[in-house]
Amino acid sequence: MLIELTKRKEPSRQMLYLTPVIAVVLTMITGGIIFTALGYNGAGAVWEIFIKPVIDTEKWQDLGVKAAPLILIGVGLSIGFRANVWNIGAEGQYVVGGLAGTGVALLTWEMEGWWILPLMCIGGAAGGAAYAAIPAFLRTKLKVNEILSSLMLTYVSVQLLYYLMRGPWKDPEGFNFPQTRLFNDSQILPTLTEDTIIHLGVPLAFLIALAAWFVMSKTVFGFQVRVVGAAPHAARYGGFDENRTIWLALLLGGGLAGLAGTFEAAGPFGQMVPQFPTGYGFTAIIVAFLGRLHPLGIIGGGIILAISYVGGEGAQTTIGLPNAATGIFQAMMLFFLLATDILINYRLKFGAASAEAAQ
Amino acid sequence: MTNEAANRLELRGVTKAFPGVIANDTVSFAVKPGEIHALLGENGAGKSTLVKMIYGIMQPDSGEILLNDQVQYIPNPKAARAMGVGMVFQHFSLFEAMTVLENIALGLDENISHAELERRIAEVLHEYGLSLDPHRVVSTLSVGERQRIEIVRALLLNPTLLIMDEPTSVLTPQEVSQLFETLRALAKSGCSILYISHKLHEIQELCEAATILRGGKVVGECDPKKESSRSMAEMMIGASLKSVEKDGGRQFGDEKFVVTSLTLPGEGDFGVPLNDISFSVRAGEIFGIAGVAGNGQNELLLALSGEVQSETGSAVILDSEPIGAQGTTPRRFVGLCAVPEERNGHGAVPDFTLCDNAILTARNRKNMVTYGVINSSIAMAYTEDVIEKFAVKTTGPTSTAGSLSGGNLQKYIMGREIMQTPEVLVVSQPTWGVDAGAAAAIHQALVDLAEGGSAIVVISQDLDELLAICDHMAVINEGRLSKTLNVGEVSIDEIGLLMGGVHGDPFATAEMTEAVHAH
Repeated sequence: MLIELTKRKEPSRQMLYLTPVIAVVLTMITGGIIFTALGYNGAGAVWEIFIKPVIDTEKWQDLGVKAAPLILIGVGLSIGFRANVWNIGAEGQYVVGGLAGTGVALLTWEMEGWWILPLMCIGGAAGGAAYAAIPAFLRTKLKVNEILSSLMLTYVSVQLLYYLMRGPWKDPEGFNFPQTRLFNDSQILPTLTEDTIIHLGVPLAFLIALAAWFVMSKTVFGFQVRVVGAAPHAARYGGFDENRTIWLALLLGGGLAGLAGTFEAAGPFGQMVPQFPTGYGFTAIIVAFLGRLHPLGIIGGGIILAISYVGGEGAQTTIGLPNAATGIFQAMMLFFLLATDILINYRLKFGAASAEAAQ
Repeated sequence: MTNEAANRLELRGVTKAFPGVIANDTVSFAVKPGEIHALLGENGAGKSTLVKMIYGIMQPDSGEILLNDQVQYIPNPKAARAMGVGMVFQHFSLFEAMTVLENIALGLDENISHAELERRIAEVLHEYGLSLDPHRVVSTLSVGERQRIEIVRALLLNPTLLIMDEPTSVLTPQEVSQLFETLRALAKSGCSILYISHKLHEIQELCEAATILRGGKVVGECDPKKESSRSMAEMMIGASLKSVEKDGGRQFGDEKFVVTSLTLPGEGDFGVPLNDISFSVRAGEIFGIAGVAGNGQNELLLALSGEVQSETGSAVILDSEPIGAQGTTPRRFVGLCAVPEERNGHGAVPDFTLCDNAILTARNRKNMVTYGVINSSIAMAYTEDVIEKFAVKTTGPTSTAGSLSGGNLQKYIMGREIMQTPEVLVVSQPTWGVDAGAAAAIHQALVDLAEGGSAIVVISQDLDELLAICDHMAVINEGRLSKTLNVGEVSIDEIGLLMGGVHGDPFATAEMTEAVHAH
């Protein structure tokens, strides 16, 4: 049988929404087969990673806490991606943002007051934005590809983290462990109720995604970002400056990643530790694409990837899957998404061989 | 021509379909040996698809192609060349940094020595009375000379059928008449020529037979010498043609748009620098800028629209306000709108809806934005207005710009700018790739806008268009603008000489070639 791709006259709206679902299903099927072939319980792995966290209500809080940074970073990245600004270094901006928020916390460690947390958040966002300003400067002034510069800066940020943890920022009363002091009550994000782990950053992440949806779809700024990404010449003709858009997109993306970093430090961690970078910045790239670069879609994408994180942790203990399994499933999801995206512009035709092929 | 001669080319019921369109629907016609046969049709009528099948670039879904009365399957251009079919494309594929000889050698299917090739080129040149120096570097040649390389390349294979795709669109009037002489000599020697064009007076002058395509089907055959341009145009569009109504004794107002000594360096490696460009347009006047493609037209449009700014504000003045140093947005505020030559990706974003494309340029003049938030209902209403007034064929304001045909998109873009009632409108190639009916509508809209008191600048390579709608015109050549000419009084010859500029001067080009060889 012959499968032929024929171009659609107009991109299919239906497929635009359907391919993320197809990608997730294909990931589950292929993942199951691969892990069975490797000698694990493949069906069990899929069950543990994708289904258990959804049906187990006790895990829902975990999902919210894990989804929040993914959504924040994913929304920031999607703005850049729409403008054809390929910031791959959100992980680095997340780390520097976390460090900047921690810096504010360390400066105010003997103080109390409602103003400290907002100041940490501002510091974190500014730190992430400042770190993203480096690729922005290199791209707009020297035409350095931001994919490379932002990615490489991620590894620099991790070294900066290690240096600060082992040197200047080490807790003086911490038995020489490489970590900072614990944040005080004015520096920790409060939880929504007493018996939950959902901290204030979680609803804020959802609200910021909603705000981003409004900005991207209803304002001139959102329009500007979309035009610059879709057709730079038309953008210039319409009166939009490409370099300015690159700057804004990178600063916003870095700022939101930095804010996510501060939320993590002031939320689940409650201090800064060398284990702080957990790959949220990279996973958020998958989130952004799974969510079709649309803030509302990204909320969904964030939750799906959070499921794979939570499920992956569960599967390590229940069926002994290696930690890397989560990464494999996540990478497969992006792979299948990019592959099935061809169905948006093409349709599959089975059977009939073409006239040319017959001859 | 004798009746017992076999047909050089015959098509029988050739059909080719693409998703959503049937490009050719049971097309049948025949070309006799030594005949210059015109293939006439609007853009999108299916001319290009048809000749691509004859030249083996694509194959028909059904139907037969006969060469010299033999049914042939033509799998690729190399096979077509072996069967005696040559083709000269509208866009040349030449390496600018190489000589004529090297370029021809690269395009040959067989491997022969340069000395042998040079001898054969000399033969072909002599046979058809063409002048071309095989050792000249291509970058020093005029467009007409470059086209001659392509023709020689095709003639070296001794074709029995030569396909010419819109060959005159880049030539000056003098170069066109030279080309016609060559083609006539070629036909006399027995080679058939399939001549694709939509320029009716050329076809009348050159061709003995014409097949007219509309919507992929053959709608008529005629002898162009017995038809009028108008009757052929009406066969092409399938409707009667409206002519542009222009009031002869129009009065112009004050100087509205004044460009003084506009000088700009070229953008990038291939940009043409603008050199000391000055002209002025009065209210109610249409000012034309003619020229062969690539002589600074794009750069001039960018400099006038504000996409590229000048250092001196006074280089461009609108109603005594210097705007030369400002970007497009402030220029639109004072009333300057522009339409660039390239529609997809410059004048419009193909992936965006028509409504979003209205927001792109009309958002400020049409009050679509309050405090940075876009009012989409105003944008929708404006888009619907443009679609209705300019008869844009589309399913509605939310269809993407890319789904429109070229002519429809051009109507939409022109309408979007004209309905902003600009003080000054600068347009480049307003009817490029647009069918005759739509072109007439666009011309009428420009004339009407001028009558309302706007100043209009039309940059175009189509001389007929400029002569039809402009009051004054000038010619751009290598980034310099000629003196202003009065359209009623100027002769085509004079415009042609100005278009040729330095390119037409054999001494200047010879000097450039020597300079290149000296390195």
